[in-house]
Amino acid sequence: MNKPHSNKAWFLVLPVFILVAFSAIVPLMTVVNYSLQDIFDVSTRYFVGTEWYREILNDSRLQDSLVRQFIFSGSVLLIEIPLGIGVALMMPKSGKWSVISLLVLALPLLVPLNVVGTIWQIFGRADIGLFGWALNAIGIDYNYAANPIDAWLTVLLMDVWHWTSLVALLSFSGLRAIPDAYYQAASIDRASAWAVFRYIQLPKLKSVLLIGVLLRFMDSFMIYTEPFVLTGGGPGNSTTFLSQALTKMAVGQFDIGPAGAFSIIYFLIILLVSWLFYTAMTHSDNK
Amino acid sequence: MNKKKTIGLSVYILFLLLPLYWLLMMSFKSNQEILGTLTFWPNDFTFANYMTIFTDASWYMGYINSIYYVSLNMVITLLVALPAAYAFSRFRFIGDKHLFFWLLTNRMSPPAVFLLPFFQLYSSVGLFDTHIGVALAHCLFNVPLAVWILEGFMSGVPREIDETAYIDGYSFPKFFTKIFIPLISSGIGVTAFFCFMFSWVELLLARTLTSVSAKPIAAVMTRTVSASGIDWGVLAAAGVLTILPGVLVIWFVRNHVAKGFALGRV
Repeated sequence: MNKPHSNKAWFLVLPVFILVAFSAIVPLMTVVNYSLQDIFDVSTRYFVGTEWYREILNDSRLQDSLVRQFIFSGSVLLIEIPLGIGVALMMPKSGKWSVISLLVLALPLLVPLNVVGTIWQIFGRADIGLFGWALNAIGIDYNYAANPIDAWLTVLLMDVWHWTSLVALLSFSGLRAIPDAYYQAASIDRASAWAVFRYIQLPKLKSVLLIGVLLRFMDSFMIYTEPFVLTGGGPGNSTTFLSQALTKMAVGQFDIGPAGAFSIIYFLIILLVSWLFYTAMTHSDNK
Repeated sequence: MNKKKTIGLSVYILFLLLPLYWLLMMSFKSNQEILGTLTFWPNDFTFANYMTIFTDASWYMGYINSIYYVSLNMVITLLVALPAAYAFSRFRFIGDKHLFFWLLTNRMSPPAVFLLPFFQLYSSVGLFDTHIGVALAHCLFNVPLAVWILEGFMSGVPREIDETAYIDGYSFPKFFTKIFIPLISSGIGVTAFFCFMFSWVELLLARTLTSVSAKPIAAVMTRTVSASGIDWGVLAAAGVLTILPGVLVIWFVRNHVAKGFALGRV
């Protein structure tokens, strides 16, 4: 579509620009400022250049939580994307049950993040929660508060519970957009269910799935509240992800300089990955 | 084949609902029963936990604060995002692609990065602990998303409609409010739903930017932890009450959302 060229359109965009710039540019500049200085108090501060960056890149807190973060986000994508597609394929295509299953699927998405943590905190406890009690009853020694592996799996399960619906809803909307003629052609050719999925549904889902992958990657990379409520980052540091390591450093210990450098590195990683996804998305749109 | 699908979906829905069911049942139990035995249905059905919340101002004000700043956020977001989305869908202008991507990056920036500077910025301009302050902070991630969704819906409206209206002598503001907005009402419904959802579930920024007068319910909930242990019953009741507004909203906009999903744009 050829859109007319008009720089007056900037006037329509200006309110958004001002509003977002106020909340984005000023704080970002502040963080950059922190990351380059050693600040003792308001009047005593020294310019230290890239020293904090060098220090933080060699800091085991950043490295460990970065590794944990990538493993976590990777597992989230590996589980939630196929599961979400599967759920979308199982959903009724139309009618009353379709609406009902849509509403039920949307339910976990509307639970405040800290309540998600609370729900699983209760549900996983061996003494008062169904899940923890059931696991212990069948002989599995499960305790998310003491065992790092249990804690890790619980955080993962919680995320799957919370966010798979998003992938499912996106895939469902993508599936609905496929015209019936495609399926009729497939049934004339006696295509198997797998062939229909592989050669009709999956290619048509590509663009919605990219949005899903993008949103899930970003949000799981920023995860803070849920593990904070559930385990507080423990036991030990086993469920301390990037956001939490950063908050501990900035608010808990008030190491503003290193925390500033940490923030910039964190932000750059997200920016890089989102740029990659965005380019991939717009390229697939152009085809 | 179809039977298998139904069973698979039922198992998944059971997995989604069980933790919620457990929370709901727990909110009707007394603390002795919660800690004493594992029961699927409360032996001693009680509303005491809910009464604790509804009779204590520091509890229920949390809900009012949350609803207040979420509504403010929805109004501000829609007011600024509507014209901007129109500009992106109808015109090309200097830096439009860069601006669009820059807006999206704000949706992707971790709130934890901005925590401390946000606190300082909002304190210095007098927005700390105000509802409008939290609403503005949430605009950081809601406005880009709203522009993105609305732009998709607006691009679906043919440009001939704009041109015809201008030839008929409509001014831009009149055309926009009288003709264009009604045309994309289901898109606005979907956008409002997403704004509500993301602002309602967010805790980190809302907690950092408030102390007393605008404290969100999510932050109030931490008071169930006291020296004598956790008040599980009240915690569960408070949790159930935070889910209810979302359920109500999704029930009211279900047709809009279904339409929005059918259009393949989310």
